[in-house]
Amino acid sequence: MSVVEVDLALTANTIRQHIISMLVEAGSGHSAGPLGMADVFTVLYFSVLHVDPDDPWMPDRDRVVLSNGHICPVWYATLAERGFFPVSELATLRKLGSRLQGHPHARSLPGIEASAGPLGQGLSQAIGMALSASLDGARWRTHALLSDGEHDEGQTWEAVMFAAKCRLHNLTAWVDRNNIQIDGFTEDVMPLEPLAAKYESFGWHVVEIDGHNHRAIADAARLAEAVFERPTVVICHTIPGKGVDFMEDDYTWHGIPPDRAQAAKALTELRSLRGRIDGEYA
Amino acid sequence: MVSTREALNGVRADLFDEHGELPDDVESVPTRQGYGDALVELGTRDERVVVLTGDLADSTKVGAFRDQFPGRFFDLGVAEQNMMGVAAGLALAGKIPFVSSYATFSPGRNWDQFRVSVAYTRANVKVAGAHSGLSVGPDGATHQAMEDIAMVRALPNVVVVVPCDAEETRKATLAVTDLDGPAYLRFARNATPLITSPDSPFTIGRATVVRNGDDVAIVACGPLLVEAMRAAEILARDGIDARVVNNHTIKPLDEATLIAAAEQTGAVVTVEEHQVNGGLGGAVAELLAQHHPVPMDIVGMPDHFGESGTPEELLARWGLTAEDIARRAAILLRRKA
Repeated sequence: MSVVEVDLALTANTIRQHIISMLVEAGSGHSAGPLGMADVFTVLYFSVLHVDPDDPWMPDRDRVVLSNGHICPVWYATLAERGFFPVSELATLRKLGSRLQGHPHARSLPGIEASAGPLGQGLSQAIGMALSASLDGARWRTHALLSDGEHDEGQTWEAVMFAAKCRLHNLTAWVDRNNIQIDGFTEDVMPLEPLAAKYESFGWHVVEIDGHNHRAIADAARLAEAVFERPTVVICHTIPGKGVDFMEDDYTWHGIPPDRAQAAKALTELRSLRGRIDGEYA
Repeated sequence: MVSTREALNGVRADLFDEHGELPDDVESVPTRQGYGDALVELGTRDERVVVLTGDLADSTKVGAFRDQFPGRFFDLGVAEQNMMGVAAGLALAGKIPFVSSYATFSPGRNWDQFRVSVAYTRANVKVAGAHSGLSVGPDGATHQAMEDIAMVRALPNVVVVVPCDAEETRKATLAVTDLDGPAYLRFARNATPLITSPDSPFTIGRATVVRNGDDVAIVACGPLLVEAMRAAEILARDGIDARVVNNHTIKPLDEATLIAAAEQTGAVVTVEEHQVNGGLGGAVAELLAQHHPVPMDIVGMPDHFGESGTPEELLARWGLTAEDIARRAAILLRRKA
């Protein structure tokens, strides 16, 4: 790995540790999704996005909309690690009076662009932002992060159709294809496949990647920028609970936090992984 | 006998003839026309104004805006949930979107998007629900939005306005644009008597007394205001002086005007083309129960779905005519302390 890649890997590892600490402190929340998307968030905020933690609302910033709001611990941890607000504030997740609401509240925190909770609402909001940029001839891009499960929602497909109609080439949707939702595997609860073909038939530019491969994530982001007349969807194949062995690929970790003992075990695992990343660089 | 009365708050003094009917020279225009006119006015003076519709451009009267400002007009097809979300995104990026559909679909179909994407965020989105109440007549119960006021009134941060005629709708549309935050405007389908003029005062959150009287207060919103005023004429023949209040803003409610009406008349009748649950009547009852309880009656749809028929037939069938209002007001008077 190059120096940059090692840095990104270490950052993602730090973010995963934050997520475990936040969840155990909160005593409720979702574990699998945030861990699974830590690599995508890391690469976006540390390598792709035009954002400035010191001027979080600058007019030409790239916009990020998290549609599956329940994975917000990864968004909060990434924003804090990037300098949008103090890392110490992560411990207030889901507590009374906190800016870190259980599901994101727009503008409650620097960097939180839209509210989300009930699934299926994010892509529409991202489209509105991208349309606004088009109207103004602005160069900033809008990134929507979606879960696979929320493709059960009709609104998601209403939005998919409309983005294609508007030829929104300044919009990138990142789909967390982790194959799980609350009641089980997506293909058992409500089959989504062939997901890529569906998007293609709706007129989107489709990229499929390993959602833990940092170089692939960055490449997909740049590829999307090179496409005209079509919105891009990056289907990110991820492992829910990634980085914590006993959570990986187990849908029962979708909506629960670790207890103290499980958190200690998870943190030990993540720290030893960190050692291996460092070792690879050395 | 016809009561002689002054013109109050810009409403025509000669609104009714000696038979208590509207004279021929009172023009009738659909309220939504005022919306379409205002949007063109707004589009000209503010580049941030954008208009969205869900396959209902002409019947929500946004066709003129579309023709003049095609780049700022979006037809999202029959997809109201996405439409509300797109509007939220446009607003968050600095635009002032107007979401134009029928009330039965928006907020009927997209209330959750109104709640989370718009109201919770305080996104600067204006939602226009056309064809509300019984005015879609023959289309039947599915298309008669009789619950929308209750739905949107329950949402924090949302201003709710139900204008009485096209001119008041025009003013309301301009006024909500000056507010930075979500608003809901409710229109009817039918042509409605034009009872206000460009000079009539209009302020969001300020109800206007359009007829003085101290025996009973009739508080109305929307096109039924005319029926409420006609009811006052009927009551006047029996020597009952009814105060009529044009309560166009359901939220925030004009507490001072309503409490004064309760104090000074001792009996309040509300009138709306909406379920009796949670609409104007509910809002007024919540206020008065806490601050100045007086005998009240709520004239509206009695917790029932509508049916096909002409709007006039339906108003009569469900007890929303001037005669019904007057009868219920007279009965209510017997309960006064």
